[in-house]
Amino acid sequence: MTSRTVTIDGNDAAAHVAYKTNEVIAIYPITPSSPMGESADAWAAHDDKNIWGMTPLVRELQSEGGAAGTVHGSLQTGALTTTFTASQGLLLMIPNMFKIAGEQTSTVFHIAARSIATHALSIFGDHSDVMAARSTGWGMLFANSIQEVMDFALISQATTLEARVPFLHVFDGFRTSHEVMKIRELSDEEIRAMIDDQLVQAHRRRALTPDHPVMRGTAQNPDVFFQSRERANSLYTETPAIVGRVMDKFAALTGRQYRLFDYVGAPDAERVIVMMGSGCETAEETVTALCARGEKVGLLKVRLYRPFSVDSFIAALPASVRTIAVLDRTKEPGGAGEPLYQDVVTAISEACQKPDRQGGQAALAHARASDTPPRIIGGRYGLGSKEFTPAMAKSVFDEMTKPAPKNHFSVGITDDLTFTSLDVDPNFNTEPEGQVRALFWGLGADGTVSANKNSIKIIGEETPNYAQGYFVYDSKKAGAMTVSHLRFGPEPIKSTYLIQRASFIAVHQFDFLNRYQVLDAAEDGATLLLNSPYDANEVWANLPRPVQETIIAKRIKVHTINAYAVAKENQLGNRTNTIMQTCFFAISGVLPREEAITKIKESIRKTYGKRGEPVVRQNFAAVDAALAHLHEVTIPAEASSTTDLPPAVSAAAPEFVQHVTAEMIAGRGDLLPVSAFPLDGTYPVGTAQWEKRNIAQEVPVWEPDLCIECGKCMLVCPHATIRAKVCHQSEFENAPAGFKTMPAKWRELPDQLYTIQVAVEDCTGCQLCVEVCPAKDKSNVSRKALNMHAQLPLRDSERVNWEYFLTLPEINRNGDLTFGSVKNVQLLQPLFEFSGACSGCGETPYIKLMTQLFGDRTIIANATGCSSIYGGNLPTTPYTINREGRGPAWSNSLFEDNAEFGLGMRMALDHQGAYARSLVERMRKLVGDSLADGLLNRDEGTITAKRELVSELRAKLSGRMEPEARDLLSVADSLVKKSVWIVGGDGWAYDIGYGGLDHVMASGQDVNILVLDTEVYSNTGGQASKATPLGAVAKFASGGKPTAKKDLGMGAMRYGNVYVAQIAMGANDTHTVKAFLEAEAHSGPSLIIAYSQCIAHGIDMAKGMHQQKLAVDSGHWPLYRFDPKLANEGKNPFQLDSHDPKIPLQDYIYTEGRYRMLRQSDPEAAKFLLKQAQESVDHRWRQYTQMAEMKP
Amino acid sequence: MSLTTNYLGLVLRNPIVASSSPLSHSMDSIRRLEDAGASAVVMYSLFEEQITFESSYVDHYLRSGTNSFAEALSFFPEMDQYNVGPDEYLNLIRRAKESVDIPVIGSLNGVSAGGWINYAGLIEDAGADALELNVYYVPTNLDLAGQEVENIYVEMLRSVKKSVTIPLAMKLSPYFSSLGNIAKRLVDEGANGLVLFNRFYQPDLDLETLQVAPRLVLSNSNELRLPLRWVAILYGRLLADLAITTGVHTSEDVLKGLMAGAKVTMMASELLQNGVRRIKEILGEIESWMEEREYASVAQMIGSMSQQHCAEPAAFERANYMKTLDSYRPVN
Repeated sequence: MTSRTVTIDGNDAAAHVAYKTNEVIAIYPITPSSPMGESADAWAAHDDKNIWGMTPLVRELQSEGGAAGTVHGSLQTGALTTTFTASQGLLLMIPNMFKIAGEQTSTVFHIAARSIATHALSIFGDHSDVMAARSTGWGMLFANSIQEVMDFALISQATTLEARVPFLHVFDGFRTSHEVMKIRELSDEEIRAMIDDQLVQAHRRRALTPDHPVMRGTAQNPDVFFQSRERANSLYTETPAIVGRVMDKFAALTGRQYRLFDYVGAPDAERVIVMMGSGCETAEETVTALCARGEKVGLLKVRLYRPFSVDSFIAALPASVRTIAVLDRTKEPGGAGEPLYQDVVTAISEACQKPDRQGGQAALAHARASDTPPRIIGGRYGLGSKEFTPAMAKSVFDEMTKPAPKNHFSVGITDDLTFTSLDVDPNFNTEPEGQVRALFWGLGADGTVSANKNSIKIIGEETPNYAQGYFVYDSKKAGAMTVSHLRFGPEPIKSTYLIQRASFIAVHQFDFLNRYQVLDAAEDGATLLLNSPYDANEVWANLPRPVQETIIAKRIKVHTINAYAVAKENQLGNRTNTIMQTCFFAISGVLPREEAITKIKESIRKTYGKRGEPVVRQNFAAVDAALAHLHEVTIPAEASSTTDLPPAVSAAAPEFVQHVTAEMIAGRGDLLPVSAFPLDGTYPVGTAQWEKRNIAQEVPVWEPDLCIECGKCMLVCPHATIRAKVCHQSEFENAPAGFKTMPAKWRELPDQLYTIQVAVEDCTGCQLCVEVCPAKDKSNVSRKALNMHAQLPLRDSERVNWEYFLTLPEINRNGDLTFGSVKNVQLLQPLFEFSGACSGCGETPYIKLMTQLFGDRTIIANATGCSSIYGGNLPTTPYTINREGRGPAWSNSLFEDNAEFGLGMRMALDHQGAYARSLVERMRKLVGDSLADGLLNRDEGTITAKRELVSELRAKLSGRMEPEARDLLSVADSLVKKSVWIVGGDGWAYDIGYGGLDHVMASGQDVNILVLDTEVYSNTGGQASKATPLGAVAKFASGGKPTAKKDLGMGAMRYGNVYVAQIAMGANDTHTVKAFLEAEAHSGPSLIIAYSQCIAHGIDMAKGMHQQKLAVDSGHWPLYRFDPKLANEGKNPFQLDSHDPKIPLQDYIYTEGRYRMLRQSDPEAAKFLLKQAQESVDHRWRQYTQMAEMKP
Repeated sequence: MSLTTNYLGLVLRNPIVASSSPLSHSMDSIRRLEDAGASAVVMYSLFEEQITFESSYVDHYLRSGTNSFAEALSFFPEMDQYNVGPDEYLNLIRRAKESVDIPVIGSLNGVSAGGWINYAGLIEDAGADALELNVYYVPTNLDLAGQEVENIYVEMLRSVKKSVTIPLAMKLSPYFSSLGNIAKRLVDEGANGLVLFNRFYQPDLDLETLQVAPRLVLSNSNELRLPLRWVAILYGRLLADLAITTGVHTSEDVLKGLMAGAKVTMMASELLQNGVRRIKEILGEIESWMEEREYASVAQMIGSMSQQHCAEPAAFERANYMKTLDSYRPVN
């Protein structure tokens, strides 16, 4: 049978088989499994066929729960059905999984195993999700490598049809799902040969049909439920044998033999590790190395984890084993041990109790002879994708040699509190000779990862070499750093860990030399490729001293190119990927240079061909130009530089930031011990200010002579890096030279000075501020009050200015100024700053505005998504405090429950408030009538005044020992109004969280809901949501979304008591401010739906506010407010705040890539959908107009 | 009576050709032009900048933000095709050739000698009967001498001429120091026809936003004068067909164009403003005019009032300028 080699990642390997062997696929995006659904959807859109010559039906649901329900229904109706998920997604499927298993239904779910959110969310890999599902009655087959993912996808599919036990096909999130590897693809013929059509037909015969009706899903009473539950025992008993037979059949077909438990290592091993998942590959590499040294060690890979076959397990263990270490990639706090450990203990225990049991005899020979069973220890490794290296595997083997080895240990971390961790020898290494190991340090924006994925494909598919690629990303969305780990060589690659000894290192950003230990992994004689702004003869002098010393000590050969200059000359902007890729091939020697260049060009044509000849030509030119500009650097004998690496954070940072956060920023988080971390996931706020990322090439510079002090620039700034203050002249007496001011133009603030300051080290250079700036030089309209200038020359002086700016007093919230206009509001301190959001993000300006207005009394419930990542992903977070120490308190529960989470906060606050008021009343005598009246009066006075009363109360109660007094102290703060903000994206509000959102709106409670509507799942990479507009292209809607965007606001308005506003600050910023103020003031639920431009729109992000305006001008995004208060006043509560559409819809949508790409790929469909979309806009506009004109 | 004329070696049933405009954007519209009486259609222009822009745009939004963030390695599905090349344009030519009987003339617009010139061959392969090369160049470089600008035109023509065998017409702007000389150089280089003149869309200034805004202004009959003069001057002195393409709105305009020496007159603004039915009306008027004055054929009148043939050759030179000024009477 013919099969070909392909260079793909684990997700595609699983999806390939899943697609070929299923008829219905229900999907929902969740990291790291989303690409499986995306591939399946793309193949279906392309009309690719399954092995029965049909295109599977692929449908996105509103949640994983929905996907599981759809799968269940489809299975019950006889279709071969699958889904893909991970983490919380799998948890949402569990209720259906119990049903599907209980009904003995054949199906396979493909799982990119990921951590479950506990003290924190982690998108990374471990087995805590699948371990939470182990009681569902599903089989579980663990694949350890990309090849095994493809193979086990098929083996599990073939098995489930015969066994009638549903299967989870599990592989490690990221390490396997995202690792790119050269593997052998299963051909249609091979897949066909493994799937028995008679079993498929039997599956169909079990389907529900009115032609032969049956009932399934009855309710049962105590008399029969238990027996029924035991009825299917035999299926579970028989399943391991079926898996074994299927594996044998597979081996006969492909030559790749797997067993339920695969043992590797010394036949007479005394120490054996038992584990499953990608760590097995590393452990195997370690075992091979240790055995070569004569050590008696081995590894037992658990393939079939459920049903756990005790007999097969015992049979697979070498008889010589004396100590077993079971490694679990999960944690079960409070358990007698982690799950796999417990299974192994049980298996050995049972085998010992029945020593004559077939299969157990040989393995336990030693045990019987000595009358002692093998010693079993268990430990945890690799949680949240923590690295698992050969050194760690060796440390486990070493531990087993000790007379009293640690049990319930951890490996890979330093546990300095409960001392569970094993010591690891950092110098132990098993990376083989004859392998090219290349590390690439780049930016997301410079295309480093794309180039490397391309290089792997070239080497994997065009040479006999094996190839592996793994990519590490930081958690920022703007200016993100990437590190690519590429291995090539003639032998199969089993190293499922980051490169530790690199023969080639490329640094695509010169600045990284000052920030990271980029040469730590360089081996002796390695090659370093630098993208440098300096000529070859100037580079050396510009390297920091530690880098120079390392280069000399490790005899590193250095090559340099000014890739940005070459890119610019070839109209490639900042895209240096092709140039650096060419240089890599030119000097790494992986391929002969000429051959490599030919392959790169072929690959460029393949990659970019569809995008048009001009792009292909530009890249060809870049390839040719790269070679001409690549130079070797002469290395002197001694280091000459006097510059050292700067500290990660300022010396002024708080202690926690100095000792913990800074280490994470510097890339040394792995070295932090357990004791460094908080007990319960509670972190200090205001840490983003210490991470000076300097990612902007250009930053805005203020020209006071033109400024009209409108505040628009600050309003739209996504990262709060441009701010204004108004202070008395005297405040500026000590201003640094060059600090700019101008007279303040406020009637209420006479004789004061106004200043705008940019935090140039935090700015991302998005240009939104410059774009919205309305003030132009009358003699030169290209000069505005804000203009972009190179950051580097300004960095030092503006750092000083910024620090000085921060010392200036903040505006007095209780002074003469009211805060109802953009101009005034922008004098308020933002309590959300320097987030990791994308450059030009459309969401963050709304959050920032909310914190300016209400931040000091706000609790935020944040749905999982972009806003929880840029809002709460370590190392640094953007929510901060004012000088009084107040600011937003923030938390994230889940994706699906955010509205309910916020409601819970409200209820707690309300109850505490009620209790506090009750206590005040009860203690009126002690508190005093005047103070008690003030505290109990809900309407009068400002927040500040109320806080002063609470301070007075605290003073009075201080030192009092009465229980009620102490209780009152604990809830006294709840006497001051607290604002609950429920924040999330459209994926949450329109889809997965809609049920809860609807219920919370119906509750009548005083919560504020802010929906940051990007009209797509932004955080997981642009999948369609019910907010996606008709005709827009998104993942899962590649043919253009055929249905209209859900009118979320209309649904909310129907409740009558919900304040609803639809806003777009780029179209009307005053309206935006007004809506926030009204929403917060409304005593019931309020809903703000905020248009948020997004990188997933395919726009120039600098023009984001203009896009908002076009959206409103075209009628796509009408601005309105629905204020129940007006109805109470006898007025129409609905106010349509935007004018009649000024431009046809197409004048807006075809300025955005998400619509244009359909017009380009399928003009007829685009035309059809445009017509429908315009009609939809017209219809909604008429509807809104009628509503606005209605008499109350 | 014969309205037949020859242009670029093509026999046309009358001298009114639909000029390059949005009217040739769809098959329906091309059919309507034929039905209305157009004797040939010059397709809308395939723009070099458009191809480059679309290609870069697609590339930009497909790669923007990709492979930067672990949860979102891309933001768009990969489509089977993006139609960023000339495929749509070529398909339209192909379909037009299958559906209409009148000649279809391709139009290529650009300024650089890049790969886009290859599209000329593709336009020929698609079945175009001839090709109009529209070199739209605004020489903003103050160091660029007039001669160098002219060389760009000549070089462009030379490159395209090498890649096609169908007749080639060059559409020119009037902004040359010596229009006659560049016209001659182009004809010497192989241009089968000259189309006078292309209309430079001039930028406008928006006083509200203080931005430069492009604005399309349709032509009127007054603009006929400039090409009329130059056609009259060039007629009979170059071995190439002449066409007038600016300011042709009425039957009088057509007749004047022919008499000045144009083999065909091309219309766009009039048809965009008042509909393609205007062709039929104008043709009717021309026939009446010819009948009344006993013209037997259009061929009779072509060049009849060119500089070579008119009674006062100086009228096309400076003397005409003086006469025009002299004839002006201020309003009291």
